[in-house]
Amino acid sequence: MRTTFIESLSQAASENPDIWLLCGDLGYSVLEPFAAKFPDRYLNVGVAEQNMAGIAAGIALSGKTVFIYSIGNFPTLRCLEQLRNDVCYHGADVKVVAVGAGYAYGSQGYTHHALEDAGIMSMLPGIEVFVPCDPMEVRAATRLIATSGKPSYLRLSRQGEPNLGTAVTDLRKPRVLREGREVVILASGPIASRALEAAGELAGRGRDVGVVSVSCLKPLDEAAIRDAVRDASLIVTLEEHILRGGLFSLVAGLFAGDARRPPVTGLGIPEQGGKTSSAGSREALLDAADLSAQAIVARIEQSLAKR
Amino acid sequence: MVHAAKASHIGGCLSMADILAVLYTRILRVDPAEPQSPSRDRFVLSKGHATAIMYATLAECGFFSLTELDTYCRDGSIFTGHVSHAVPGVEVSTGSLGHGLPIAIGMALAARHAGAGSRVFCLLSDGECDEGSNWEGILFAPHHKLDNLCVIVDFNKIQSFGSVAEVLNLDPFAEKWKAFGWQVEEIDGHDLAALEHVLSGVPAASNRPTVVIAHTVKGKGVSFMENKLEWHYRSPSDELLAQALAEVGA
Repeated sequence: MRTTFIESLSQAASENPDIWLLCGDLGYSVLEPFAAKFPDRYLNVGVAEQNMAGIAAGIALSGKTVFIYSIGNFPTLRCLEQLRNDVCYHGADVKVVAVGAGYAYGSQGYTHHALEDAGIMSMLPGIEVFVPCDPMEVRAATRLIATSGKPSYLRLSRQGEPNLGTAVTDLRKPRVLREGREVVILASGPIASRALEAAGELAGRGRDVGVVSVSCLKPLDEAAIRDAVRDASLIVTLEEHILRGGLFSLVAGLFAGDARRPPVTGLGIPEQGGKTSSAGSREALLDAADLSAQAIVARIEQSLAKR
Repeated sequence: MVHAAKASHIGGCLSMADILAVLYTRILRVDPAEPQSPSRDRFVLSKGHATAIMYATLAECGFFSLTELDTYCRDGSIFTGHVSHAVPGVEVSTGSLGHGLPIAIGMALAARHAGAGSRVFCLLSDGECDEGSNWEGILFAPHHKLDNLCVIVDFNKIQSFGSVAEVLNLDPFAEKWKAFGWQVEEIDGHDLAALEHVLSGVPAASNRPTVVIAHTVKGKGVSFMENKLEWHYRSPSDELLAQALAEVGA
């Protein structure tokens, strides 16, 4: 995903001389091609995210489109007030790009796990939030935010994620990765691959399960989500993020006022306050969070049985 | 304004009044008729609480009429108690401290890239220098040789809850900036000629940003406010207002 992002950004920057990229001393072996191609529009500001966000606002308020890039919590939570006041309040054309969504930096420990970022960023007024599930969506999202003129958050995983679908037609709309109507799994981010695995397993047990990638969390296309789940007897949300403030909150909120109120089961990462995290790969940590494909299957079957 | 609105920060407004007067009448290339001109100089007020003097200065310069100031802090007014970019002539909204300098740095980088010769001036308070985000910027600007950037510190020695020396001592202040690679100028912030001399000389050194440490007096010009902590927050009674206006010759 990182490589796709930088390729797409380089393409956008060669078409638009107003695109800048700032990084907070992270991006080794990823950002160099951009730096080499556009040396006067690339800047490593050092390990100083508050300064990076403020500088980005200042450049953007001078008429430019500025991407800032770092790992997970650093370009987001570390400089949250700069994003709120300097960027969003002024409508500055700044794109916050965080690599390492969820458990992507698994064994590095809790400080490097981005588990609350999408929800917190979604709460900022005037920002658009994208959580692509595969390189195709990363390409579409990068193209889209490069020309949107608005503050944006782009949440990337780390590397090696496969393409999960065939084409992206409109990134702002839910993208069907697998057709199915009885149970619809709405997933955000690369964890959608586990939804596909689980759906395959459930299909083998006679269930009709669809998987839909929701990569644009804000603005959420509510009509399209309703349409995607219109025949479902169970909606499942799946995210590599805590449930509070993430995809589950958005979807549950969307249906809260409905007379029909389809049941929504939220699958995500448990909140970890006061508990230490153990070392482990992304895969191992997701499994430990009860998000293996098998566990997803079991939890969906439990939800269906309760109905 | 602050009397009618019962909103203050008057002490920190008066300490920087002379600085703003010199900036807006002698230094800044800004035009009320074309406030968004791309080649304009930028002024970033980082001590966003000192907004009354900022609005008053902009009104005096013709960005809007003086009568509009009567709405200051009133219901529905754009003239909020911390500086707002809804007000013509204001570049950025601030109020949370430690935000202005990084934004000013971004503007200085963009201005240098554009080659339009714009300069960026950023006014900090002394108490604001407690914020770490400033020191990130103070480290950054000399490294990138931003000689079109000028920071002015309104060094009135009193912050919100005590003197700077008591709360979090900045000494040796000038030496800290020098050690970070800035061109440091230290002046009496109420000496109009000195202010004009120093600020008109920006960039004072090629390849280096300039900081002007302006030694000022909190509540300057009003005897009962000068160097008094309580006038960080208080707004004057009718009687004290009359006395203050008489003292400043308004």
